[in-house]
Amino acid sequence: MQNVDVMNISEEPKVNYLTNGFSLKSWLLTKDHKRIAIMYLITVSAFFLIGGLYAATIRLELLTPQSDLLESGQYNRVFTQHGIIMVFFFLIPVIPAILGNFFLPLMIGAKDLALPRINLLSLYIYWVGGILTLWALMQGGVDTGWTFYTPYSTTFSNTYVMAVGLGVFINGFSSILTGLNFIVTVHTMRAPGMTWFRLPLFVWANYATALVMILGTPVVAITILLLAIERVGHVGIFDPAIGGDPILYQHLFWFYSHPAVYIMILPAMGVISELISNFSRKKIFGYEFIAFSSLAIAVFGFLVWGHHMFVSGQSLYAGLVFSFLTMVVAVPSAIKMFNWTATLYKGSVSYDAPMLYALGFMGLFLIGGLTGLFLGSMGLNVHLTDTYFIVAHFHYVMVGGTVLGYLGGIHYWWPKMTGRMYSEFWAKISAMLVFVGFNLTFFPQFVLGYLGMPRRYASYAEELQVLNIFSSAGAAVLGTGMFMPVVYLILSLVFGQKAEANPWHLPGLEWRTASPPPTENFEKMPVVTWEAYEFGEDNGLDHEAVRGKELVEA
Amino acid sequence: MQSNSWVPLFPDQASSFAWQIDYLYFYLILISIAFAIPIVAAIFFFAIKYREKEKFATPEEIHGSTTLEIAWSIIPFVLSMTIFLGGAIVYFNQYRPPENSMEIFVVGKQWMWKFQHGTGQREINELHVPKGVNVKLTMTTEDVLHDVFIPAFRTKADVVPGRYTTLWFNATEVGKYHLYCAEYCGLNHSGMGGWVYVMEPKDFENWLAGGGTGQTPTEIGKDLFMNKLGCASCHAGGQNQRGAKLEGIFGTEVKFVGGGSAKVDEEYIRNSILNPSGQVVEGFQPIMPSFKGQVTEEQLLALVAYIKSLTPNSAPTGTTSTPAPSTPSANANTATKSAAANSNK
Repeated sequence: MQNVDVMNISEEPKVNYLTNGFSLKSWLLTKDHKRIAIMYLITVSAFFLIGGLYAATIRLELLTPQSDLLESGQYNRVFTQHGIIMVFFFLIPVIPAILGNFFLPLMIGAKDLALPRINLLSLYIYWVGGILTLWALMQGGVDTGWTFYTPYSTTFSNTYVMAVGLGVFINGFSSILTGLNFIVTVHTMRAPGMTWFRLPLFVWANYATALVMILGTPVVAITILLLAIERVGHVGIFDPAIGGDPILYQHLFWFYSHPAVYIMILPAMGVISELISNFSRKKIFGYEFIAFSSLAIAVFGFLVWGHHMFVSGQSLYAGLVFSFLTMVVAVPSAIKMFNWTATLYKGSVSYDAPMLYALGFMGLFLIGGLTGLFLGSMGLNVHLTDTYFIVAHFHYVMVGGTVLGYLGGIHYWWPKMTGRMYSEFWAKISAMLVFVGFNLTFFPQFVLGYLGMPRRYASYAEELQVLNIFSSAGAAVLGTGMFMPVVYLILSLVFGQKAEANPWHLPGLEWRTASPPPTENFEKMPVVTWEAYEFGEDNGLDHEAVRGKELVEA
Repeated sequence: MQSNSWVPLFPDQASSFAWQIDYLYFYLILISIAFAIPIVAAIFFFAIKYREKEKFATPEEIHGSTTLEIAWSIIPFVLSMTIFLGGAIVYFNQYRPPENSMEIFVVGKQWMWKFQHGTGQREINELHVPKGVNVKLTMTTEDVLHDVFIPAFRTKADVVPGRYTTLWFNATEVGKYHLYCAEYCGLNHSGMGGWVYVMEPKDFENWLAGGGTGQTPTEIGKDLFMNKLGCASCHAGGQNQRGAKLEGIFGTEVKFVGGGSAKVDEEYIRNSILNPSGQVVEGFQPIMPSFKGQVTEEQLLALVAYIKSLTPNSAPTGTTSTPAPSTPSANANTATKSAAANSNK
């Protein structure tokens, strides 16, 4: 173990990435992936807050069957903007741009991403796209639904379709550049000894995500461009009144937007693999199967877009193929669930807040995944699509999956990112509120959907009010649970206990440098001699020292 | 609409295939429970039994098991295939309207539904249908995408501008059921709906009889064809005939200049009126002008109905195949037949 001394850095270096320069310029012109990640953290959180306020408004409006709080035109803008902000400016960047940006280089023993300037550029592109979108929302917003379906969006809507479309278009390039950067980094920047099959599964997941980002995002960019050409130039592409085909738009849109679902969920699955393995203190069960299932999801994810269009007038045989492939893509997700569960077996399971989020993820993603089968089954899809059933399903996947994965990840890595411990007590309370509030919000919506409540309705049938009140009450609990971390995480920066280099005593490379890490990440180039999630005696960590230290502290 | 319980959990079941969708739903709930219970039980069991006993312990290593991986790949795959097949069969049953369906034309527009029965009755945001009869909706829209959704029938279909889509059902319970637009269509999307009234066939006939003296779509189409649009000057036979002979053309196969062929159906007739030079049939010159912008969606549907009526065996629009056709529907039949007969003169 020639690296033992290198690997056990417990003393805080004099200068870390946060103290390396305090000027605004030192942040805005930084090439440090960690600082860029922190800037993403702040802006993505701001977008999450805005999207959350829209969600709260939606649930308030739906307390009563009539459209009374908002008139239907306002309601249409609110749900559209909730969707656009949440999908394009929160869910897609949240884990790759914050946690991936910060930890991908640390986890593979690199000094930075392979293309640091491109990384900064992607942040600026995100800002430009975001500011343009916010400007359009303040001017009057947009009412097309986040899907921008034609010909409504090209010919009929009198709202800021072009400005928001341009915002989303620009933002796409941020995604593409981040994806490109991750791929190059994983190929070229791994530390000596960090072979492909020693990569932590979070890295595998981000790698698979990056593939989807660079292959899928250009398609949505082209689609928005075509939409703009039709809206401004009246060239018949999608509007049949001038010779276009509205179904073509749906094909193009979902060709990106279904894989985009995997851009959102795969990185969260990566976080969950880390959490389950590390908080069971055991090598993950079936490492290769989880790694390859991520790639399988990324590949098959490109072949199932037509399952959004079973009632659009798509041909019967196309529908059959898409339904079949949708069932196939469920299998790799099931494989992950089984492997995570098996990892707990004979482990040493602790219930720290990140693990509570991970266990919550497993419960919610299970429901989200299974209800996906309901929708993939064509006969049922006809009744369920465009109802609240589908709203509940994708919130189980996007919020129950991606947001819980993100919250688990941000708690787990918070000590490393900031050098401070958060309040474990409040973190546990928050995790439980989120879980309970989430289920109360979205489970009634499955029932509402089967009863036939269509989505995007400002007013609804009176007999459905009780279930909607449950849902709105749940949203209040969920909102409280989600807002609490903002408070106690910020407070931890001032009042939190100082974090050690390796507070959870884990083998991953990111824990073998100081908290917070120095700008160059590692004082010496690490040499990896252990497998991923190697908790045994030969993982290069000084177990006796850490255990002894714990005993002294206790 | 729903049963009178305080919290409704299950919608009314009022069409001949609703039970198929419901059984599929129950099957999926069953599979979900069968799948979720072992996983959730295992998570709880392992998480409690193997909870941390010593801080930062190093439990024994377990690498994985290929046998288990294969088992839990194949079992979900097989189960998902049963879901796929079940869903495909149910979908297939819903996909094609039966041959002898009673046809109703539907035109959606922001934000109302316009229905026209084969006998000429028009309705807005309300649709009256007889119980126990196969009803086929032939649908299009004047503006954006809409979607006819009748939860009690467990069916819905997008209504797409520029083309015809269809939806069919056979209502089994007399009653009043929600009709929704399920595809977002702008400002008053949530107000674009109404009610479907399922009536006993006899009551339905009475309702039809009391519905005023509107012309049938076939009659309207004939009027457009013969007089208003002047189609007859080229298509009505005789020595002036330059266009295709339309008698008996519905359902046949036509070959295009430059290759390709198509079956003459509603969509084809619609395209031939709006964009005639797009599909010139062999043996004809591209001389027909486009009628784009000169006919409304409702007039187009009437022309389609008229041209269909020129082919006597093509499930004529307006015939109701009620078990015991009473007088008004018989009249409708006669009207259709006489229209067809007139045009053959």
